[in-house]
Amino acid sequence: MTKVRVLVGTQKGGFVLSSDGRRRDWDVAGPLFGGWEVYHMAASPADPDRLYASQSTGWFGQVVQRSDDGGSTWQPVGNEFVYEGGTGTHQWYDGSPHPWEFARVWHLEASASDPDSVLAGVEDAALFRSSDGGATWSEVSALRTHESGPRWQPGAGGMAVHTVLVDPADPDRMHVAISAAGVFRTADGGSTWQPANNGLRSEFLPEPEADVGHCVHRIARHPSRPDVLFMQKHWDVMRSDDGGGTWREVSGDLPSDFGFPIAVHAHEPDTVYVVPITSDSEHYPPEGRLRVYRSRSGGVEWEPLGDGLPTVDCYVNVLREAMAIDDLDPCGVYFGTTGGQVYASADSGDHWATAAAHLPRVLSVEVQTLP
Amino acid sequence: MIRVVLPHHLRVLAGVGKEVLLCVDGQPTQRLLLDELERAYPTLRGTLRDPSTHRRRAFVRFFACEEDLSNQPPDEPLPEAVAAGREPLHVVGAIAGG
Repeated sequence: MTKVRVLVGTQKGGFVLSSDGRRRDWDVAGPLFGGWEVYHMAASPADPDRLYASQSTGWFGQVVQRSDDGGSTWQPVGNEFVYEGGTGTHQWYDGSPHPWEFARVWHLEASASDPDSVLAGVEDAALFRSSDGGATWSEVSALRTHESGPRWQPGAGGMAVHTVLVDPADPDRMHVAISAAGVFRTADGGSTWQPANNGLRSEFLPEPEADVGHCVHRIARHPSRPDVLFMQKHWDVMRSDDGGGTWREVSGDLPSDFGFPIAVHAHEPDTVYVVPITSDSEHYPPEGRLRVYRSRSGGVEWEPLGDGLPTVDCYVNVLREAMAIDDLDPCGVYFGTTGGQVYASADSGDHWATAAAHLPRVLSVEVQTLP
Repeated sequence: MIRVVLPHHLRVLAGVGKEVLLCVDGQPTQRLLLDELERAYPTLRGTLRDPSTHRRRAFVRFFACEEDLSNQPPDEPLPEAVAAGREPLHVVGAIAGG
């Protein structure tokens, strides 16, 4: 019987939520790595028992954990992330030059074909690669050393590579998103990168339509259409139909186009999910009412999905990595909040139920479907 | 043997109890002791000091004999009571680190 495993990273540890294909009743296991920030837990598509986790603290730095048995046991692997060559500077919060300093791994992207191959998006913004199951890491340095690097600046959460999208048909083609630099793409496995921000507009920049400097919160796409990208930006929900060559706004009738996560339906490439947040300083849902919004037309027209979600006095946020979609039919949609709830929908967002409550602040949510 | 008291999270990570015993060849210094700690417990590499520069992490402190040794030069000899095993070196997470 099909099983579903939801990997939840929180500010004070990791949790694993398990259910059967009905996705009604959830078993909550954890905390893993209690007391550590778990920015992300990721599963290998090539081997569902191979999991990776990024744990860190302000005290003791970065640890990468690996499980070879579906999360029953874990072992620390490599935690040495050394920038290649001279580090140079990026912009600090006050606009002054600041040297690159490794802080933590935000995102782990496991290879679709090789369980030992994994990419890590890190703060300060850079991309690292491991081909030995996380034992050693080497930088994909052409990204950080892009000529625009000195103009990148941290968003409120830091300056990180937080999103890594690998084209399932051609793993040399990748998009990454950086706050606050924007989207960069490569077609040669990371040897060269180009900014892909044409059409973005950010009022906090001296040149609002600059080629870099945009605070892109998340990008997503359906694997069958690698050139159609959806973006939740600091403000604005955007869409590209040419692999990031140009972007157009599809915020449409959303109550707010500020937010963090964005996700695409497993079987309907034009069905997209966002969680509107009131504003860049008011990080809670409009009217204190938590609702996911779904577009079935690739943007512009959006419908609220709130059946089963808090309708009053709700002032949580949903962070960029904290939404995931399974590939069952109908697909399941999951998201976690800064208030420690994880909500699950087994019917593509029509109805919601609480899968876990009272967890620490949720930083990330991933989901696996298991045979 | 030199006694090192580790904080909770590092005990869990290394799979050890509160205190570990280490042997350092020659005159024990902070650097040599941490080298030996990381050799004996490789999972601690990078958690106390930067793996490349060996600079102490900002929120990690070293106390012994009721003194803060955190900012002592790493090649300076450890207190005689620590070197002789009468007093432990305490590895402490600073109050601001969490």
